[in-house]
Amino acid sequence: MIKLENVNKYFGDLHVLKNVNLEVAEGEKLVIIGPSGSGKSTTVRCMNFLEEPTSGHVYIDGRELTSRNKVKLVRETTSMVFQSFNLYPHMTVLKNLTLAPTKLHHKSKKEAEELAYHYLDVVGLTDKAHVYPTTLSGGQQQRIAIARALCAQSKIILFDEPTSALDPETIQEVLDVMIKLAEENITMVVVTHEMGFARQVADRVVFMADGEILETGTPEHFFTEPEHERVKQFLGKIIR
Amino acid sequence: MSGIFSSRAWNKIWTYRATFLLGLSNTLKTAGVALVIALLLGIIFGLMATSGKKLLVMISRIYVEIIQNTPVLLQMCFLYYALAFSGHSLGIIVTGFLALGIYTGAYMAEVIRAGIESVPKGQFEAAQSQGFGYLGRMYYIILPQSIKVILPPMVNTIVNMIKNTSCLYIVGGADLLSLTYSFVTGENTGGSYAPAYIVCGTIFFLLCFPLSTLATMWETSLKQRDRKTDTAKEA
Repeated sequence: MIKLENVNKYFGDLHVLKNVNLEVAEGEKLVIIGPSGSGKSTTVRCMNFLEEPTSGHVYIDGRELTSRNKVKLVRETTSMVFQSFNLYPHMTVLKNLTLAPTKLHHKSKKEAEELAYHYLDVVGLTDKAHVYPTTLSGGQQQRIAIARALCAQSKIILFDEPTSALDPETIQEVLDVMIKLAEENITMVVVTHEMGFARQVADRVVFMADGEILETGTPEHFFTEPEHERVKQFLGKIIR
Repeated sequence: MSGIFSSRAWNKIWTYRATFLLGLSNTLKTAGVALVIALLLGIIFGLMATSGKKLLVMISRIYVEIIQNTPVLLQMCFLYYALAFSGHSLGIIVTGFLALGIYTGAYMAEVIRAGIESVPKGQFEAAQSQGFGYLGRMYYIILPQSIKVILPPMVNTIVNMIKNTSCLYIVGGADLLSLTYSFVTGENTGGSYAPAYIVCGTIFFLLCFPLSTLATMWETSLKQRDRKTDTAKEA
């Protein structure tokens, strides 16, 4: 479903992705972990060309993603959930959810609203349809952002540290929604520091450090017998 | 004769009131057309400045810096005399439209650039990740959010432009100030300096004061709204 082939990314002189190769199967739940600055976010942002690789290829659903077709291909295949939610503050929750379906996916207002209410129900926030995002708590905003991503009915949803900007109290409500989501046949790529979530949901875990993929494996493999010294170090620090 | 309290002087102004009304109308026409040009240039160069494309950013920068760092009087003289003496006279009316439009356009471009840049980067990314192209992104997501930042300084820029119509005096325009000057120096009409300039100034004030007040009010209400959103966030 997603394939990164020899992807390199430089920010100026900084080599943030070093020859990354990664494949994500349809319906797979892939979790990317690793220390800050390891290139996790950049990797996932290359998957929808929020960052364009300096070299290498990205394939989505068998088609190569290029700066020319990115708008269309991304629209058709992927959605993204951000660390900072990025809801549109000048629109109500309902408008946030129906904007892309009506303007980009050729849905009527009625269809889009039905879809919106359906996914608001999934994230448990139907009563917030007519409020503005800024009046909501961080956890609620992120659940709305997830509902917005779902409204595009994409095959792929990318999560870029979805709980990192949240209060400890509200992290779980967002994780619960994502766990529920993982039961569907959606391809999920999740950058996170939530090891509990990784263990529970991931089909496969990828560990990145210094712009490279150091180790890939099932959650059991990762949390019981990681091979790489760097991974052991990291897990030792993060799991309390 | 020229005294500020001379009733004869004031009477003369009333007699020749058509002169002032003509000046006002010319000033408004010039400002109106120049505004359209300035808005177009402002939008084009403001968008270029925020495009992230090096070449476009540079072109926009050059336009803005040249225009903002040379006197508008010089720009008018250049457009009018330099072109006239090289045989491509634009005529005074077109010179007015163009010179003021190009000059104000540089300020508009900066206002629009600042407005767009005030929108957090995440908003652009969210829109892009949903599959909005450049125009959709700008139209649905960025401009509606930047308009509140853009409007107050834009109105102030318009106020400045209305006042700057008076610079057309240097190339012999027919704007309010130029006509006032002709009036006070005219053979038949001359002399009523103080009343004439008071009238001219009053007309400018009546045009500009409501606009600047509007801009200030907008700005204040914007600040209040931001404060409300902030408290809502904390709650």
